[in-house]
Amino acid sequence: MSQADLAMEGHAPGLVTGIPPFSVPAKKMAIWLFIIADAATFAGCLVAYGFLRNGTPHWPTPFHSIVNVAIMTFILLTSSLTMLFGVRAAKAGDKSAAFRWTLITAIGGIIFALLHIREWLGLIGEGMTMFHNPWGTSLFGASFFSITGLHLLHVTGGVIALLAVGIRYMGGRYKADDLEVTGLYWHFVDLVWMFVVPLVYLLNLSH
Amino acid sequence: MHDMSAQAHVAHHAPPTSFIRKHIFSIDHKVIGKQYYGLALVAVFVGMVLSWLMRLHLGWTNLAIPGLHWLSSTGAPGNVMTPEYYLQLMTMHGTIMVFFVLTTAPFAAFGNFFLPIQVGAEDMPFPRFNMMSFWVTLVAFLVMISSFFVSDGPTLGGWTQYAPLSAVGSVAGPGQGMGVILWASSIAIFCIGQLLGSLNFITTTLDMRTKGMSLWRLPLSTWGWFITSVMGLTAFAVLMPACILLILDHVAGTSFFVASNLVLNDQLQPHAGGSTLLWQHLFWFFGHPEVYIAIVPGMGIVSHVLTVNMRRPMLSHRVLVYSMGALAVLSYMVYGHHMFVSGMNPISSIVFSFPTLIITIPSTIIVLIWLGSLYGSRLRINSASLFALGMISMFISGGVSGFFLAQPSLDIMLHATYFVVGHFHLVMAVAAIFGIFSGTYFWFPKMFGRMMDERLGKIHFWLTFVGAYCIFMPFHYAGLAGNVRRYQAFVDDYLQPLIPLHRFITVAALATGAAQFIFLYNLIHSRYWGEKAPDNPWQATSLEWATPTTPPPYDNFGGKLPVVYHDPYQYGIEGSTGDYVMQNSPEKIQSVGEEA
Repeated sequence: MSQADLAMEGHAPGLVTGIPPFSVPAKKMAIWLFIIADAATFAGCLVAYGFLRNGTPHWPTPFHSIVNVAIMTFILLTSSLTMLFGVRAAKAGDKSAAFRWTLITAIGGIIFALLHIREWLGLIGEGMTMFHNPWGTSLFGASFFSITGLHLLHVTGGVIALLAVGIRYMGGRYKADDLEVTGLYWHFVDLVWMFVVPLVYLLNLSH
Repeated sequence: MHDMSAQAHVAHHAPPTSFIRKHIFSIDHKVIGKQYYGLALVAVFVGMVLSWLMRLHLGWTNLAIPGLHWLSSTGAPGNVMTPEYYLQLMTMHGTIMVFFVLTTAPFAAFGNFFLPIQVGAEDMPFPRFNMMSFWVTLVAFLVMISSFFVSDGPTLGGWTQYAPLSAVGSVAGPGQGMGVILWASSIAIFCIGQLLGSLNFITTTLDMRTKGMSLWRLPLSTWGWFITSVMGLTAFAVLMPACILLILDHVAGTSFFVASNLVLNDQLQPHAGGSTLLWQHLFWFFGHPEVYIAIVPGMGIVSHVLTVNMRRPMLSHRVLVYSMGALAVLSYMVYGHHMFVSGMNPISSIVFSFPTLIITIPSTIIVLIWLGSLYGSRLRINSASLFALGMISMFISGGVSGFFLAQPSLDIMLHATYFVVGHFHLVMAVAAIFGIFSGTYFWFPKMFGRMMDERLGKIHFWLTFVGAYCIFMPFHYAGLAGNVRRYQAFVDDYLQPLIPLHRFITVAALATGAAQFIFLYNLIHSRYWGEKAPDNPWQATSLEWATPTTPPPYDNFGGKLPVVYHDPYQYGIEGSTGDYVMQNSPEKIQSVGEEA
């Protein structure tokens, strides 16, 4: 039976010609699936935080300034933009530009992580730990460090992935698609931060 | 360009030659499937022996069980189980059975072996992830087992590990310190394995199908695994952070799950501020989908086995698939029915009761499709089809009690009694295990190239079928009589009359368990000395029976991927080889089929 006969049966003509049904390569589909799972993980943590916060009278609101978190957010958002430039350059076949933008993205991630650690150290210096803080319920420190820690872990993993994939892309082992897949993960880390900022920082700003 | 890279990703790896790469650290999905099956087999025997020990203790409270002190000298001084040790064994029974048997065997074992073959692929897109998923799961199992050997033994909190007793440490009893940490670590590791497996299952189903294999041409077993992997992707992703938060409560001094002013053993707990209900919300958000993760692959397997043996397709292939999908979606919305008496806002109970009653609709549709398709069919009776019928029987019997439990007003009375224990053992555990047995008798010839002994299989079926009802039907009666679960002895006046019933259950459990050795013998004997299996012993149509050799070669189809021309179940028609046309057969369908 020829391929034309097959197509005539009316069953997913795309498959007969060998095009994957959703035109999504396996790696890209896998990273989307991972993002769904990871989003569920973050959602679990953020819902748990909301559950505890709502159930606790006099939840502390110790933050005074949004300057630091605004800078961190700006850097992370910008790094998403540079990632975009990198992927676009890679798709256009401009290898060195793609590598340069990937490197800039990774540097953005590193600066974000350093600012984050500096902020953590400041809070620890004020007496905030996982089980104690000077402002009220110990859950404040526990949830703050858990959620931002989970995110920081993702940023760290992302930086390592960006460097590893970027270098191998430059060496020719990985392709533009692989850079895009890493970029998708990086945008997700960025997106999650946009949930963390209002819930964990802005809600706990003293009026 | 995209399709090129997707195709290029088909694992064109050469067959390994060394023993280690071939049989131990193999990236072949078939070997990984068998490894999962072996793990589940070990786990199910551990879990079964634990249930024997529990049942013996429940029947005869001060019975000395020879050798038990070797397992734990503090838990069983003089070979007599302490109340705490009873609870510890019960916790491990539940945990091992739910995670390492009901999740690994029907889903990971059969799914790994047969999903890629049924869609016509050479392998999964990420064979290394696949290998990792098994080894991660094995590590999780070893961590779980290791808790038997720490000083005060495994945790006693039940497989649901309710807070605050799971979160306050050893003040809550033996095993609540290190035991809980090991339990939570094991489950968190297990979640990673499931994530890797689910990624592979979904991408294989969507991206790796061979030419002509549209979604509606997938066999029902593939649908079962696919829908399950979608559930597994998000359910385990929520359980993992819950377990990590539980570990933090132990090791980092946090109090996510411990409320203020808690006094245990006359000691005011140093924790403050958390919520005990939070654990239940996080756990059951995973826990209820987990019930369907256990049963939906069994539904797929049973549907697949029945169509082959009925020699005709299901009444409605599509409605069956849609119903399994509806189960998956609804499974996330009903989890609160586990918490009707936990102190939630009563309005929440009503909110969760509604989808719980709704979810009985797709379940009922599935059962009706099975029964309607069976009605008037000339079913071939063999071990596989008998166990498929048994699965349907167990699912109905266990499902009926679900109607009662779904209503908050009735659940207040029945919650945490043996009625619930009987309900979930029938509907989820025994039904899923019957699905595993059905799949084993059906696919063993393809997996190992030899036939299983049918006579032993039928004896195994009847003993298991009658035995399972003898064990779990009386549970319902005991529950209605007010018998609370997790009691290690029945000393109250109102429970005394139930002791003979419990002794009957114990005897039934021992006998049914012993009958499983017939299966084990059959499995091992047939593996080496069974009759050689032909390529397609059941005259089935799906692609796993179209492999060039039995068992399939390393790349499944000998380097030439099949092309699919038909819906999966072309039976009861006039084909050139008999009353069926295989999916990869280019011949035209003459008489009525689903395509007509």
